[in-house]
Amino acid sequence: MLAMNFRGPFRIRADRNRPEPKIEHPYDAIVRVTRSLICGSDLHLYHGMVPDTRVGMTFGHEFTGIVEEVGSGVQKLKVGDHVLVPFNIACGTCPFCKQELYGNCHEANPEATASGGFFGYAHIAGGYDGGQAEYVRVPYADVSPTKIPEGMDIEDAVMLTDVTPTGYQAAEMGGIQKGDTVVVWGAGPIGIMSARCAWLFGAGRVIIIDRLNYRLEFAKKYAFCEAYNYEEMDDPVVFIKKATDWFGADVCIDAVGCEASGSTLQSVLGKKLLMQAGSTTALHWAINSVKKGGIVSIIGVYGPPWNIVPIGSVMNKGITIRSNQASVKRLLPKLIDHVMAGRLNPKGLISHRIPLENVSDAYRMFSEKLDNIIKPLLIPPRALTA
Amino acid sequence: MEKVIDPEMDRKIANSSKDNIPGWGMDADPENDPTYPMKRWNGADHERIHYEKAPQQPVNIEVLRSNERPTITRVFGTSTPPQGLSGAIRRWAFKYSEGKGTHWMGLVLADRVNVIEGVISDLKNGIVPNLIEELGWKAEWQHNRKKFIARTAIKAIAVAATAVLLTRKNKK
Repeated sequence: MLAMNFRGPFRIRADRNRPEPKIEHPYDAIVRVTRSLICGSDLHLYHGMVPDTRVGMTFGHEFTGIVEEVGSGVQKLKVGDHVLVPFNIACGTCPFCKQELYGNCHEANPEATASGGFFGYAHIAGGYDGGQAEYVRVPYADVSPTKIPEGMDIEDAVMLTDVTPTGYQAAEMGGIQKGDTVVVWGAGPIGIMSARCAWLFGAGRVIIIDRLNYRLEFAKKYAFCEAYNYEEMDDPVVFIKKATDWFGADVCIDAVGCEASGSTLQSVLGKKLLMQAGSTTALHWAINSVKKGGIVSIIGVYGPPWNIVPIGSVMNKGITIRSNQASVKRLLPKLIDHVMAGRLNPKGLISHRIPLENVSDAYRMFSEKLDNIIKPLLIPPRALTA
Repeated sequence: MEKVIDPEMDRKIANSSKDNIPGWGMDADPENDPTYPMKRWNGADHERIHYEKAPQQPVNIEVLRSNERPTITRVFGTSTPPQGLSGAIRRWAFKYSEGKGTHWMGLVLADRVNVIEGVISDLKNGIVPNLIEELGWKAEWQHNRKKFIARTAIKAIAVAATAVLLTRKNKK
């Protein structure tokens, strides 16, 4: 089959000779992929920043597909069902799943307790091949995979596998109260979705900060928010303080993670020398610009083993830090309702539709922010034309 | 940029009409301050690891296991089991817990070794890596030509200069 094949940092290929996945467990299903996305966090793998990313892996944790085969223990899914597959692999019976922490399942990742099991996200997330392929093995098929509701656009469906719930949960973790000023650091797909979802919780004001003007312009229209370029500021923290009556934002969302720009020291230590797990510039700005007693929601991805963080300010300002991988299954009913009612338009974030055969170009474009790219969608050759 | 901000605007903007925003405030939760119940507490934590488990996936490949858990999980990925020198380094790294830098740095080292192994494996199988395709240079050429040419030229000059310097040193 055709699948993305990782060959090393910045090197991937569309490989036509990958073996098709097999049923490995009674609760497995094999899914023929219909749409797949590239996530900003896939770029951390692409850039060689995530430990235990092995040559030969297939990435991709955001995909929809048609069930082709099910294991002997699968009861709910049937061959022919068209499903959206949340990026979390979840057993549904461990204490974490039972308490709706589906991103923290205890029975999906033998290789790290620091992370749940995710599709196509290196061995740090369980060593599963991902959805940037024609076929994928989907464990615990009865738990998270969800039939695409009738009438839902397939592009909206694939956007519900990660980016929409992740952006929503970033806003939810902010504990936003009506009238709050929310600052989102980073205008990538997750940041833009977080900004859009902040309004659902009653934010009074939403500000997004980035350095790419094309993304800021997009965010302004898509998420109805104010958008500012930090490269045009003397100091982004002072800017936010001044913009919030010298008080600080009620809520700050770090939607950047380990590849943040904006500080030479952080970039050299974190991205060039790998002395820490990426650059924490956005998190610094979030901690420093939130009000005393404010909430910082971290949805940007940071890898192990450590990062330089101003934890003293967290203590002295009484900041609450909240963070987790999105619990997609928990959020799906609410988000499906928002999409079907027209309140959210996830597919509006998709800027490029690219054949899976051109996956290496797609990664390069996304990594280098070429052609005003926001969110790239991959279409496998055997996908539905719907 | 700071000069365009009116420091008294924050509450005026926050209190302005939001009629144009679909769904504004409909998921607001006054009790979500600061801890929304992302985890719906039901006491399951106190079961510890004695919960209902799925059948065990047959272990037909080598699966490295974090030493912070007693057994492997009931399912696991079967992609790229450890092999070669990188596999040996990974096995060594997994002797250390996730709390140790040695664990993660060992895995990063293994990843870099694995890249070289990947090239050797390709060549052994008669595959010459097509770097132009793998690096996505077609996209750069199409969308970023000027910068791409400049960047490539600078890299080429740097490589050539290094080669010349090394050659001279060797001649001495």
